[in-house]
Amino acid sequence: MELFVCIKRVPDSAAKIRVAADGKGIDPAGVEHVISPYDEIALEKAVQIKEAAGSGAVTVICFGPAEATKEIRQALAMGADKAIHLKDPGGSRGPLGVARVLADNIRGRKFDAILFGRQSIDGDNSAVGIIVAQLLGLPVVSLVTKLEMKDGLGVAHREAEGGTEVVEVKLPAVFTAQRGLAEPRYPSIKGIMMAKKKPIEEIAAPAPSGRLEIEKLSPPPERAAGKIVGEGKAAVPALVKLLRQEAKVV
Amino acid sequence: MAAVLAFVETSRGKLKKSAAEILGEGKRLAGKLGGTLDAVLVGERVTALAGEAGKLGADRVLVADAEVFKAFGVDAYLKALVKACAVSSPRLFVMAASVVGKDLGPALAAAAQSALLADVTSVAVADGKVRVEKPVYAGKAVATIAASSPMVIATLRPNVFAPAQQVDGRSAPVEVIDAGVNPGDLRAVVKEVLAKASEKLDLTEADIIVSGGRGMKGPENWGILEKLAEAVGGVLGASRAVVDAGWRPHEEQVGQTGKTVSPKLYIAVAISGAIQHLAGMRTSKCIVAINTDPEAPIFKVADYGIVGDAFEVVPVLAEELRKLRE
Repeated sequence: MELFVCIKRVPDSAAKIRVAADGKGIDPAGVEHVISPYDEIALEKAVQIKEAAGSGAVTVICFGPAEATKEIRQALAMGADKAIHLKDPGGSRGPLGVARVLADNIRGRKFDAILFGRQSIDGDNSAVGIIVAQLLGLPVVSLVTKLEMKDGLGVAHREAEGGTEVVEVKLPAVFTAQRGLAEPRYPSIKGIMMAKKKPIEEIAAPAPSGRLEIEKLSPPPERAAGKIVGEGKAAVPALVKLLRQEAKVV
Repeated sequence: MAAVLAFVETSRGKLKKSAAEILGEGKRLAGKLGGTLDAVLVGERVTALAGEAGKLGADRVLVADAEVFKAFGVDAYLKALVKACAVSSPRLFVMAASVVGKDLGPALAAAAQSALLADVTSVAVADGKVRVEKPVYAGKAVATIAASSPMVIATLRPNVFAPAQQVDGRSAPVEVIDAGVNPGDLRAVVKEVLAKASEKLDLTEADIIVSGGRGMKGPENWGILEKLAEAVGGVLGASRAVVDAGWRPHEEQVGQTGKTVSPKLYIAVAISGAIQHLAGMRTSKCIVAINTDPEAPIFKVADYGIVGDAFEVVPVLAEELRKLRE
């Protein structure tokens, strides 16, 4: 089983986000970076599938800055066999642009499936995996919570509206991971040692063009200070009155 | 040629709740662009719903109505949208940032090589350019993005845009489009649907959410939250701590690594308000927090707070709200 997993380096979800001086990006001071959590889930599932199959390899693909070597090594420590680092030169962004860079570097390689996280937790577009699938002419199943692959077929459980769909698809195909698909493992000491020796293919990637420009990044609008209505159940009637007469939501 | 083409979702023989929001905003933007609004419906027996889209503001309704569209699948629906784009040649394509829209928006962006502006909370047109605001880092920041492709695709966050009001007697011409989809074209096939839920709304589309946190002490205590949700016609949510502990299912998780929601009313019960949870719900219109700790960060974003024990406050609140509805 040859599996590709695309990962992204993102600020940790506990990080405080401050807008940088240029007003277009975030201030990196004090921000820890991690593999985007849904990508970690996709990676864990790929490693589990490969381990169960007893053959093949998991290749991690990361479009990111030079610093993303840290996240790539982390992915290798979690069980990926090798990596492709598409070095991000910076510049304009957008899901179409990023997906084009990924697709251009995947095309022509041999694989049974490509796994993505359902979304990165910085751009929040939920788009790159689906666009890559279209650009490569592959079928895609999003929001996957369970996945099996055998005999050239993938069977996925998908979190659809109002129920779980069981979707069957011919491989090669693209899947995007939803929470529940797998629990990412902590790398073992052995895994971390081995990761240092695993190969990383480095490719200078072009600046992606998503046909859009991020003009400005702003802090979110502040919420007006609220009020403590009172303490304990005695405060309930006052709260209900406020919800009804002031907020008009019940 | 239309200025704006709106993909309107249907479900169980009705337009979905998002339809009025998509058509309302689509109509407004078509006016700004000095053109008309086309709507496209895709499904089985959706022609009957075209009139509804007309009443909500569409100037023309394109319908791809065939059995092959009965269940949603990216392959088939994408072909229908590509065909609709060919008929309509819009400057701007809008749809809901729903589970379906999050599949179709990116797929269409690839097919049309268009800029994708995903999950946006406002759209403006100036100097012929489409510019949006979009929360990033789960709402810890807002990006202003300008698109430069000939057609621009925007998926609109549910519950944010003003819905169109229905105008009785308004009608729009209906045009049947044939996307030429055959059952054999579908590469991902839905074999069955498990645990087909009730008419339960997805969290992202719910008007009212009642969320529980670790202070609920255990999954066996969720009954009072269920009663509260029932009393206000709401849907249940949960904090990450609660989902990680296995007390509640993943699909209920609100926050940066769960769902981002903006309901009319968000009631946070026994949730302290970790930064990643606040990111996922801070755009709610009205936030109520119930927590024993007056210093809990949740009170900083709440419109109204009660300092108190959930087990004491919630049943009384549920009862008061239930009486109100009767």
